[in-house]
Parts: sequence; C-alpha cells; structure tokens
Amino acid sequence: MTEVLDPWPFVWAAYALGAGGTLALVGWCWQAMLRAERRRDRLREK
Amino acid sequence: MHRFANPARFLRLARPLTPWLLVPGLVIAGAALAWGLFVAPADRLQGDSVRIVYIHVPAAWLGMAGWMAIAAASLAEIVWRHPLASVAARAAAVPGAFYTALCLLSGSLWGRPAWGSWWVWDGRLTSMLVLLFLYLGYLALADAAAREGGGASRVAAIFGLVGAVNIPIIHYSVLWWNSLHQPPSIGLGHSAMAPQFLVPLLAATLGFTLIFAALVLMRMRLLLADAQSEARLRRKAFGGSVPA
Repeated sequence: MTEVLDPWPFVWAAYALGAGGTLALVGWCWQAMLRAERRRDRLREK
Repeated sequence: MHRFANPARFLRLARPLTPWLLVPGLVIAGAALAWGLFVAPADRLQGDSVRIVYIHVPAAWLGMAGWMAIAAASLAEIVWRHPLASVAARAAAVPGAFYTALCLLSGSLWGRPAWGSWWVWDGRLTSMLVLLFLYLGYLALADAAAREGGGASRVAAIFGLVGAVNIPIIHYSVLWWNSLHQPPSIGLGHSAMAPQFLVPLLAATLGFTLIFAALVLMRMRLLLADAQSEARLRRKAFGGSVPA
C-alpha cells in the first residue's frame, strides 16, 4: 500500500528553514560587521 | 583585479554595494517565495511538494557557487598572492556552508513525501553531504590559518582548490549513477520546466544570489575590520612594551 502524505507541513518547514535561516544569517552577519567596524573606528580614534 | 588589492579602495566600493545587493535580493527572493507558495500551480505528479523547489534549487546552486568562489579566490591567492583573496574565500565559506545545509534539509523534506524516504545514499545526496563536510573542514582550517598567520593560509587555499574536484561530481552524479534524484531540468539555453514553474524559480535564484553576494561582502568587511583592529592593538602593545 502506498503511503500518501499531506505535503504542506513539509513545504512550510522548508520555507521556514529557507526564509527564516536566511534572515537570521543576514541579521547575524550585519550585526557582527557593524560591531567589528565600530571597534576598529574606536581604536583609530584613541 | 589588483585595483582592489588595497583594502581602503575595496571598502569604498563594498560599503555602498552591500545595501544595493541586500535590499533588492531580499525583495526579489521574498516575492519569488510568495509567488512559489501562493501563485505557482501544483505539479501534476508531485502535487504541492514541488513548491520546495523554490528553496531547494537556489540553495543547491549557492552551495556549489560558494565553493567555486572559494576555489577561484584560493587560485588568486596561490598564483597572484592577491591580499584580499584569502579574506574573500573565508567570507564565502559561512554562507556557502549554510546554503549547502539548507539544500540537504530541504531536499530531505522534499524526499519524504515524494520518495517516501528522508534520505538515500545515492550519488547526488552523498556528494552534497561531502560538500558540507568540506565546508566545515575549510572553516576550521581557515580560522586556524588566520590565527597562525604567515604561510598557513596557503594550506587552506590548497584545500579550497582540491575540494573543487567535488563540484563536477555533484553536477554529473545524476547522469553517472542510478539515482532517485531527477536529472538536471535546466541547462544553458534549454529548460524542461514549464514557464509557470521556471519564472519564479529563476527569480528566487536571482534573489538568493544577490543576498549571498551581500553576505560575502558583509563577512569581508567584518574580517577586514577585525584584522585592522588586531593590527592596531598589536602595534600599541609593541609600542608600550619597548623600553625607551
């Protein structure tokens, strides 16, 4: 007997991973970049 | 290429370019995903699970493109000793590893309803898993090389070049070996996909590619800022410890 699965939970999970993961990665990289550039600028001013 | 060997000149270009890549990338990828989720039709055979293609294919492309970028930057480092090449290679590794992992996870989520299995040890899936392990190895090696300094980054560059041998294996695996995975649907100048699937797929691929480019620029700016801070701290420490 062939098992028929509802595809929507799999679709939502893939979109949550793709969109959520990308946004989280962008946010993390953006914050880390700003923090590193602010640290460098502070050291330059000293 | 050597015009951008000067970090200050590179940063003058990278600062405005980052939002110019990021914002259109987020808008295009967001619109393409909404299109794929709510507007594009279901497939005759696969039904609604085909909508995972709008995540899975861009992720697979970026996983492989990320390593090709590492290999190209590694070549520039070894052959031309370009000062920003190792920074560019290290910057591409984190987003490349992320999209490779996303490709494997979304493929697994597609495989369960389509094949009845989360995972099969066939050529395409296994070579993609090997790519993820290569990324993790490269990240560890490049971080260690950055701490060591000197010629250590050449070891990471050689690893980046040698690892590129896996890219054609991934691409041709579905042709070389029997596989549950379908053969390529899109090639140069031809497509087996109907336009109502192809257009949102190309839009999603473009959007995620722009985001990937912005991520690489952000990581390059982060690595350069860290290197400049470390150099300044080292100069200060050295200056303070040397007796007058």
